[in-house]
Amino acid sequence: MATVVIMLIALVVVGGAYSALAPSRAEASTTASPEDVTAGRDLFLANCSNCHGLQGQGTEDAPTLIGVGAASVDFQVGTGRMPLQANSVQAPDRTEDFSQEEVSQMAAYVASLAPGPAIPAEEYTEIVEDPERVSKGNELFRTNCAMCHNVVGAGGALTRGKYAPQLRETDPKYVYEAMLTGPSNMPVFNDANISPEEKQDIASYLRHLKDNESPGGVELGSIGPVTEGAFAWIAGITILIGSAVWLTTRSS
Amino acid sequence: MRDEHVGTDVAAPEGQNLPDRFANPGVPAHRFRTTDTDTRAAKRAERQVAVIFALSALGSLLFIISYFAFPLEGTFSSIQRSTWTLGLGLGLAILAIGVGVVHWARTLMPDHEQIEQRHDIRGTEEDRTEAAAILQDGFEESGIGRRSLIRNSLIGAGALLPIPAVLSLGDLGPRPGDALTHTLWRNGVRLTRDPDELPIRAQDVTMGSVFHVIPEGLNESEHPLEEKAKAAVLLIRLEPGDVEDLPEREGWDVDGIYAYSKICTHVGCPVALYEQRTHHLLCPCHQSTFDVAQHCRVVFGPAKRPLPQLPISVDEEGYLVATSDFPEPPGPSFWERG
Repeated sequence: MATVVIMLIALVVVGGAYSALAPSRAEASTTASPEDVTAGRDLFLANCSNCHGLQGQGTEDAPTLIGVGAASVDFQVGTGRMPLQANSVQAPDRTEDFSQEEVSQMAAYVASLAPGPAIPAEEYTEIVEDPERVSKGNELFRTNCAMCHNVVGAGGALTRGKYAPQLRETDPKYVYEAMLTGPSNMPVFNDANISPEEKQDIASYLRHLKDNESPGGVELGSIGPVTEGAFAWIAGITILIGSAVWLTTRSS
Repeated sequence: MRDEHVGTDVAAPEGQNLPDRFANPGVPAHRFRTTDTDTRAAKRAERQVAVIFALSALGSLLFIISYFAFPLEGTFSSIQRSTWTLGLGLGLAILAIGVGVVHWARTLMPDHEQIEQRHDIRGTEEDRTEAAAILQDGFEESGIGRRSLIRNSLIGAGALLPIPAVLSLGDLGPRPGDALTHTLWRNGVRLTRDPDELPIRAQDVTMGSVFHVIPEGLNESEHPLEEKAKAAVLLIRLEPGDVEDLPEREGWDVDGIYAYSKICTHVGCPVALYEQRTHHLLCPCHQSTFDVAQHCRVVFGPAKRPLPQLPISVDEEGYLVATSDFPEPPGPSFWERG
């Protein structure tokens, strides 16, 4: 009997400690209504089921949506990546086809198929101004994101036509959802890797870049030696040749 | 024009005989500039030069004024404003003087043609004899031929002189020793998140995620940056079926979680562009591409060796730990690596 009681206490302590210490998940407190799910299902059948299957089970052309969660739908459809514009190596973001309400309905339907990452709560998608947190966002961005997205979020090339998009104009919510779901070839940065607060710091750093002019003068696209080198060669060498011609010709 | 050269090797149309020698065409006729012939043009050019010099003075004034008017307040925009105006002012001041002088020389200074004939490099016989006599005098007056003690001691001193220089080359070291072959990883060192050193549980490394990893205790080590440059690791979880079997690396992963050195084997850039779907790791410097599913084999680019794998395991608290150092030195080739 005593053993059972001790084990029970131990279980409660361990479980309680885990739930207290485990990384928190930032999930929207609003739950979708059954009407939203039904409306979302209709939208899904009309717009997505051609490729993703009638039950979202996936086909040869497109992956399954079971378990991808509402965050994935909100990101992919909300940024206009889905429905896919054309068969290409990477879905470009373009003008959105659906209102936010319709996107939320589809997200609610896909989330009802199986649990998955939820749309982040608003408290984590707001921009923070605290310099310490913006600076932390910069450090995290340099460690985890800058190699593909460029240190000031200007984007960059990957292999075989794929690319990491520029992030200067990206809504903080989509920055958050991209880290959570890992769209296309982007890896997942789950809450155990980068906590919700840290994701918020990263989005705030990106907004800080957008709101503040570049300290280094003319940015030339912030893509480093390509544009800077082109400018130096074209402008610099033109000036040098012009000077040489001017110095060596006779005055009229 | 050298007299002994005649134009026999110059191609000429059939039936036309070349002359024995071409006449020196001489300098083309002098062409006068408008400023030479028209006094009003000369006056105008003079004014232009003066205006350009005045621009230079303006540039100097701009520099002086902005030096006091735009103090550095510690903000980026104040630094930018200051450097822009100082640079523009000083640049204009220097450039305008140069442009003005060149314009002056082109339009107003005399431009008549002058010919300076070349002379032989070899001096005249008189000069040569005189120079030889001076050397001979010096040789005799110094007595270096007679006073063998001085001569020999000078030779000895001169012979020893290079040795200190050669010895000081030793200060280019110390040689790296085995510093390049060892990192902070050893059995039981936890894999922690860069930069906060938070330990990682195996269950947190979900499918498709990437963790940028440093060894625990790196920030407290003597040279954190140097250690990081050797020990940085990328942690990736792959679908078990995707990975090519390699029997000698059995047990180096934890349920499909693989740890690979983040330092490119080409020239040591951080290989961190990970494509989740293709399992390709791309180096941003020279586009070396490693296939994680094939144990980071090089599939493209200038790198010659795969990224070294760090053998990992789980400690009793459920955190990921290394079981040893990298089996081979991480990073680019070096002299002693062989």
